[in-house]
Amino acid sequence: MAWLPGAVSTRIYAVLLLVLGVAPFVLQAMDQPFYLDLLSRGLIFAIAVVSLNLILGYGGMVSLGHAAYIGIGAYSVGIASYYDYYNGWLHLALALGTSALFALITGAISLRTKGVYFIMITMAFSQMVFFIFLSLEEYGADDGLVIYARSEFPEWISMDSAIGLYYWIFAILLLALFFIHRLINARFGRVIVGARFNEQRMQALGFDTYRYRLVCYVLSAMLCSLAGMLLGNFAGFISPDMMSWARSGELIFMVIIGGAATLFGPLVGTIAFVLLEEFLSAITVYWHLIFGVLLVALVLYGKGGIHGWLRLLDRREGEHGG
Amino acid sequence: MDWSLLITQLLNGLQLGLLLFLLASGLTLIFGIMDFINLSHGSFYMIGAYFCGTVVAYTGSFLLGILFGLVGVFIVGALVEWFIARKLYREDHLDHVLVTFGLILIFDTLVHLLWGAEGMAIPLPDVLNGQITIGELVLPTYRMLIIGCGLLVAALLYVLVVRTRLGMLIRAGASNRTMVEALGVNINRLFLIVFALGAAMAGFAGMLIAPITEASIGMGNDIIIVAFVVVIVGGIGSVKGAFYAALILGMLDTLSRSYLDLVLQLLMPVTYAETAAPALSAMLIYILMAAVLAFRPQGLFPPAGAK
Repeated sequence: MAWLPGAVSTRIYAVLLLVLGVAPFVLQAMDQPFYLDLLSRGLIFAIAVVSLNLILGYGGMVSLGHAAYIGIGAYSVGIASYYDYYNGWLHLALALGTSALFALITGAISLRTKGVYFIMITMAFSQMVFFIFLSLEEYGADDGLVIYARSEFPEWISMDSAIGLYYWIFAILLLALFFIHRLINARFGRVIVGARFNEQRMQALGFDTYRYRLVCYVLSAMLCSLAGMLLGNFAGFISPDMMSWARSGELIFMVIIGGAATLFGPLVGTIAFVLLEEFLSAITVYWHLIFGVLLVALVLYGKGGIHGWLRLLDRREGEHGG
Repeated sequence: MDWSLLITQLLNGLQLGLLLFLLASGLTLIFGIMDFINLSHGSFYMIGAYFCGTVVAYTGSFLLGILFGLVGVFIVGALVEWFIARKLYREDHLDHVLVTFGLILIFDTLVHLLWGAEGMAIPLPDVLNGQITIGELVLPTYRMLIIGCGLLVAALLYVLVVRTRLGMLIRAGASNRTMVEALGVNINRLFLIVFALGAAMAGFAGMLIAPITEASIGMGNDIIIVAFVVVIVGGIGSVKGAFYAALILGMLDTLSRSYLDLVLQLLMPVTYAETAAPALSAMLIYILMAAVLAFRPQGLFPPAGAK
C-alpha cells in the first residue's frame, strides 16, 4: 500500500475507515443484509469501547461498570418510547443528560478511590443500575422492553432504514474518534495521560487531577450512552442483561484486544471481537472456550494488542528504509 | 407480625451470610496477600458443585461427594495458581481482571463440555431431607446443616489463622507481604496453599448450596460479585472482617427482600412502597459498599497493620 502516505498502521486504519464508509452500499448491492446488521452492531459497540478507552486506556481508570452507560442510553430510548415520546432529539438529550448526571454523582464518589477499589466501586454502581432495571416491573424487568419504532429525526437523517441507521452509527463513531483525538492532544488530555503515569507530579504542577478525571469520566459516560441509544434503536429490544458486569468485562476485553490508549486500537479490537464471536459461535457452541484461552494468552504473551502488532509492522518497514 | 416467618428469614439470612463467608474468606486472603483480583473465584464454587454431584451420582454417598469434591477443587485451585495466577502477581490489576475473566469463560465452557448445558441435581440422603420441629417452628434439616457447616468452617479457619504457624504467615502476609518475603519465608508455597485453600472453601460453598439450587453453569458468577462486596466492606485481607461483613450483608439482603416494603409503607403510599422496595433491596448492599468505599475505604475491619 505504498500509494498512501504515512506509516503502515496509519494506512491500514485509513483504508479501514474508507471500507466502513462504503460498506453499506457494497453489502446492499451484494444483497447481504445480515452482514450490514453485524457491522452496525459491531460499530455500536465500537463507540462504547472507544469511550471506555478514554478513561481506561488514556486515563488509567479501570472501570468494570461501563456497560451501565449502554443501559442508561438504551433505556432512555426505551422508556421514552414506552410513553409514546418518539422524538429523536429528546432521546438524545435524555441519554446524554441522565448518563452525565449518573456519571457525575457516581464518578465523584468512585474517583476518591484508586486501583482495586476503583474497579470494585464502578462495578458496584453498575450492578445497582442493573438491579434497578431488573426489578422495575413497569419496564419489563428481566423480560426486557420492546421498542416498536426508531427515534424520529428529520427525513434527511432518518434512522428508519438499515443504511440510515448505519450512517448514524458511523457518523457518531467518527465524531467520537475525532473528539478523543483532539481531546487527548489538548492540554486536558495531557493532564489526563500525565496523571496516569505520575499523579503526584501532575498535582505538583498545580493540576487538580481529581477534577480533570471527573470531567473525563463524565465525557466518557456520555459518549457511551450514545452507543446505548443507538443499540436500543438497532435491536428494538432492550433488557437489563446488556449492562450486567459480564458485558462490562467484554468491553474491557475489546479495548485490550485492539490496544489500550491508542486512537484506533479500540475500533479494530471491537471489530475483531465481533467477527470472532460471530464466526466462532457459528462453528461450535463451545466458542467461549476459545475466547477464554485467547484472552489469557493475550494478556500473558501478546502485549499491545492488534495496534501493537501493527506498530511492529511500522518498525519493520522503517528498518528496511520503507 | 409473624414470628415464625421472621425466624425463618433470620436463618435464611444466616445461611446466605455463611455461604458468602465461605466464598469471601478465600477471596479476601488471595486479595490481601497476593494482591490478586480473582474474578474466577466463583468458578471454584461451580466446579465444587459439579465434582460433588458427579461423585454422588456414582457412589450415592453425599459425604464422599463432599470429600472428593474438596480434594478436586483444591487441586484445580493449585493448578490455576501454579500455571496462571503466579505469573500475574506483579502485573497490574487490569491484567488480573482480564485473565480471570478469561478463566470464567474457560471454566464455564469446560463444564458445558463435560456435563452438558443442563443443570445437575444433587439428591440428598433421606436423613438430611427431613425437617426439625421446635415448638411451632418447622425448620428444614438440610438448611440447619448448612448453617452448622458454615459455622464449623469459620471456627476451623479461625483456629488455622490465629493458632498455627501457617496462620501466622497468612496474617503477616496480609499485613506486609514484602517483610514476610524478606524474612526468608517460602512465599511461593504460602501463596499456593492460600490459593488452593480459598478455592476449596469456595467449592465447599458450592457443594452445600447445590442440593437446594442444583449445580448449573455460571452459578458462581453472580454470587462472586456479592462476595467481592463482602471483601471490600470487611476490609481486604481480613478474615474476621469477611465474617462480620458476610453476616451483615446476608442478613441485610434477606431481610430487606421480605420486610423493606413494610418499612417503606410507613414513609410513603402502599403502591409506591411496593414498587420501590424490590429495587431498593436489590441495591442495598451496593449502596452499603459505595458508602464504605467513600467514607472508610480500608473497610470496616481491616487487618492489623495493613496499609
